[in-house]
Amino acid sequence: MTQSIDFRRRGILRASGVSLLSASAVALLAGCEKMAAAQTGNTAGDVGILNTALSLEYEAISAYQLGATSGLLQKPVLEIAVLFQSHHKEHRDALIATIRKLGGSPVAAKSDAEVGKALNAAALKNQADVLRLAQRLEKGAANAYIGVIPSFGDRALAQVSARLAADEVMHWTVLSQALKEPLPAKALSFGA
Amino acid sequence: MKVLASAALAALVLGMTVPAHAADAAHGQELYESRCGGCHSLDANRVGPAHRGVFGRKAGTAPGFSYSPAVKNSGVVWEERTLDAWLTNPQALIPGQRMNFRVATAEDRADIIAYLRQQSGR
Repeated sequence: MTQSIDFRRRGILRASGVSLLSASAVALLAGCEKMAAAQTGNTAGDVGILNTALSLEYEAISAYQLGATSGLLQKPVLEIAVLFQSHHKEHRDALIATIRKLGGSPVAAKSDAEVGKALNAAALKNQADVLRLAQRLEKGAANAYIGVIPSFGDRALAQVSARLAADEVMHWTVLSQALKEPLPAKALSFGA
Repeated sequence: MKVLASAALAALVLGMTVPAHAADAAHGQELYESRCGGCHSLDANRVGPAHRGVFGRKAGTAPGFSYSPAVKNSGVVWEERTLDAWLTNPQALIPGQRMNFRVATAEDRADIIAYLRQQSGR
């Protein structure tokens, strides 16, 4: 039950100080190639937004780690949690690459223990509890990515934020299905 | 039906042009959990600072949270007017802040603020 999450990681590979972007990070950043060259007064603001997003992704990675190693998840839910964690790791890697590309410094991650305390992980008693926590965090993340879109100076980064939000919504939908909860009755339920 | 659809679309696009309404803390709680809950909790510092007691508090003073210098030195005190400005456009209120999350609709901002006020015992 203590499955290694890193086994499925397909993020940045680091060797001898050289970083290679994952395919998804490259795809995510496609269209943002002029960002570094076109530095504007908004760049520092954009880096700040991306660093906040990075903190969000770190928290998600830790939350899924806590869930996957809790002993509370059974297959196939465990496999889904591991897959979603790998998505968040790819988000993390893409955000770090973008922040560096813009000349910024990525923020550091908190420890899993710190995140677990802040999320009150000790209160998780069964699989449904873990799923509800993940569902809540995914919805919050999707709404966070939607809510910062108007603040980006670079429209290409705003599009990246929308793509990240789409991944979080996909996660939320699957988690809601696993909890056997109904889909939203009304349209435009995210960002609202 | 077309009129209703157009009105809904107009409300969506022009989210800031809304009449004054009585703030609804219960709705504010729903909004807080779905929109703010990605980064914030009432009683724990996460991506953003803990919010219980935020109403009436000086910005940048939640214990144990590492704030941007901009927020820490802003001199802002969180009350209805400043929270509304913050949620409308944080960068306009405190340049150099790190939140950047915006709530476009005045009614939603008022409801979230009512909830934060309630949870601050004010």
